[in-house]
Amino acid sequence: MEQLKQELKEALIEALNLEDITPDEIEDGAPLFGAQGLGLDSIDALEIILLLERRYGIRIENPSEGKAIFYSVDTLTAYIEANRKP
Amino acid sequence: MTRQPPVYINSAASIHPPLDGVGECLPGKCLTAVEPDYKRLIPDATLRRRMSRIVRMGVAAGQACLQDAAGVSPEAILTATGMGCLADTEKFMNSLLDGDEERLTPTAFIQSTFNTVGAQLALLNGNQSYNTTYVHRTFSFESALLDALLLIREREAVDVLAGAMDEQTPTLYTVLQRLGCWKRAMAGEGAAFFLLSGRRTDGTLAILQDVELFSGDYGEQAIRERMERFLLAHDAAGARTLYPADYKRFCGEYPTAASFALWYACRELREAEGKRPVLVYNAFLDAHSFILLKPV
Amino acid sequence: MRVFVTGIGCVSGIGMDVGEHLRSFRSGRDGLGGITLFPTRHDLPVSEVKAGNGALAERLSLSASRTFSRTSLLGMLAAKEASGDAAIPDGSGVRIGLVSATSTGGMDLTERFYPLFREHPAHGRLRYAARHDAGDSTERIAAYLGITGFRTTVSTACSSAANAIMFAARLIRNGILDAALAGGTDALCRFTLNGFASLMILDKAPCRPFDDTRAGLNLGEGAGYLVLQSEAALTKPPYCELAGYANVNDAYHQTASSPNGAGAYRSMKACLEKAGVLPHEVDYINAHGTGTVNNDASESAAIRRLFAGGVPPFSSTKAFTGHTLGAAGGLEAVFSVLALSGGLLFPNKNFTTPAPPAGLIPVTRYAEGASIRTVLSNSFGFGGNDTSLLFRKTDRQP
Repeated sequence: MEQLKQELKEALIEALNLEDITPDEIEDGAPLFGAQGLGLDSIDALEIILLLERRYGIRIENPSEGKAIFYSVDTLTAYIEANRKP
Repeated sequence: MTRQPPVYINSAASIHPPLDGVGECLPGKCLTAVEPDYKRLIPDATLRRRMSRIVRMGVAAGQACLQDAAGVSPEAILTATGMGCLADTEKFMNSLLDGDEERLTPTAFIQSTFNTVGAQLALLNGNQSYNTTYVHRTFSFESALLDALLLIREREAVDVLAGAMDEQTPTLYTVLQRLGCWKRAMAGEGAAFFLLSGRRTDGTLAILQDVELFSGDYGEQAIRERMERFLLAHDAAGARTLYPADYKRFCGEYPTAASFALWYACRELREAEGKRPVLVYNAFLDAHSFILLKPV
Repeated sequence: MRVFVTGIGCVSGIGMDVGEHLRSFRSGRDGLGGITLFPTRHDLPVSEVKAGNGALAERLSLSASRTFSRTSLLGMLAAKEASGDAAIPDGSGVRIGLVSATSTGGMDLTERFYPLFREHPAHGRLRYAARHDAGDSTERIAAYLGITGFRTTVSTACSSAANAIMFAARLIRNGILDAALAGGTDALCRFTLNGFASLMILDKAPCRPFDDTRAGLNLGEGAGYLVLQSEAALTKPPYCELAGYANVNDAYHQTASSPNGAGAYRSMKACLEKAGVLPHEVDYINAHGTGTVNNDASESAAIRRLFAGGVPPFSSTKAFTGHTLGAAGGLEAVFSVLALSGGLLFPNKNFTTPAPPAGLIPVTRYAEGASIRTVLSNSFGFGGNDTSLLFRKTDRQP
């Protein structure tokens, strides 16, 4: 689980061009979206959908499903653990 | 001719190839703009992280122009680009071809839109005013300039931010080389923005007198005659003319090179002693334009 | 200086000219079908113009050996119709210009050039690459129609053509031109299709603007142009007056509209103010209404707010034509002029269920002979770009 979180943070930084941010600075439970969190938006949500599909074979058809899943690194890893294709 | 209220250029900012570089035309050479510290000019990391090089150049030049005219919130943001966001266009095209239309990321597509710089400038400054983008080859920047002039003359706007940007990419360079463009010219690029206003300030650089665009098969003599008529009509017979060779030796050839020329002319006007009007003459293939500046 | 509309022309998936569009609206026939213009793995409904490039060139009497982007060909067809309709006599001394909009430009030809080029930089036909830029289509249209005066190109995504019409009006008001062909053209291409697919806003079913079950837009292609003429240079009785226009920026997000429709509200409000028209005097709104969840909610909120005293009849025509992007504002300006001149109300095809919270119900039946004196047309684009145009009936004669 910890390894997945680290890997996910690195992947997010790369996919979303999060300059100036290191994996350590992304808190597991903190919101990724909105001003309180990393400031991600709807375009980033689409990038995360692709990231899940490419790396973990998980398909999300409707972007609105993503809202709860993408809340934080914690919720994302839990979803990947539960749905990833071996 | 009815007397028009004057339109002032109150600030100007440009990102361009080094002025102390070659300084002469070396055909085939590719000039690269000197880029500033973007973190200072575009502090919003959330917006900055998605910006490609041309978008950064354009947005940074726009921001620098606004910073020089502190406190002004323009009633229009007009942008111009001849070729648009080529690197993002190519990036999305490549991912489309590589991935055979599957799993495409939207960011490059969104950023490839011609009005990206204008939109980002609006977002960064919370500017909700008129915002449009001209994309007509050599006339892109001149169209934006003309729109700005008319907006101010009509009093639809007091302050207008108008600017242009074009980037050189390896693909563009190669395609234009195959088309024979670099036999006599250097490839260039750049971004330049201007704050035009109906209000004179302490920082006013020049008066933007008029813009004229024309196209067709004009010989040197015909151009000179047209130029004389234009200057006479504007009571500027003694103007010094900046010919394409005078400024393209610094900025190179690109569709919106006239924006660099205008920045260069503003600088000359401010520094020159004699205070003569300056006529910027731009030409590419059969497209010609005059931009007339007068000292304040 | 007042600005009047003296000519209209259009082409889209529902017709090759104005007359065919009217027949399609009357019979309720949309332009949707599968993608035939280029190979693709996407199985999505789109509204293609029902003619290949060869057939378009033939219609335009162009030599088959010359290379034109599809965007240029569509633009030439609609611009030619508009120009013929205005019938400004030769030798009248009217200074005419062209302000054309496009979002894709010559991308259809670039798609033929680039795959070969990227394999080897000496490959790919240059005659395709040279048509890539947005200005090319404008220059081709101007050359075809013999327009040698002022020409420029506008590109602000989906509001492009409406902004072209706005700038053309400004050029006329300031005496730079006496008349202008203004509008937009966009051909469907693989680049755009995949771009919108990557945004996950394409509906796999026919789009349902303003409906509660709406799930995205359908792409379309086409072109629409008006001939605008100054009051002083009128050479025939005009269709109507372009009485107001406004463009504002939502400054909310790169692609999304603000949920409360602040930008849409301000563009409509500023447009009405420019025209000196009160909200209750608007007789029909041709809405932007793309069918995406975000746009329609935002536009509905703005309409509710501006027309709090009663929402006038409104509809989106995009369920017929698809979203024609840079051409949409031009096509819909033509439809707005038709609404005024024929008292037409265009149905918002595929609408069944009002969407909360606005709960707006658009026009669902085609009607003729309605009393329509003013029409508002909305065009909104990426980058928060919101434009509204207002057309008003006129008794003005040349």
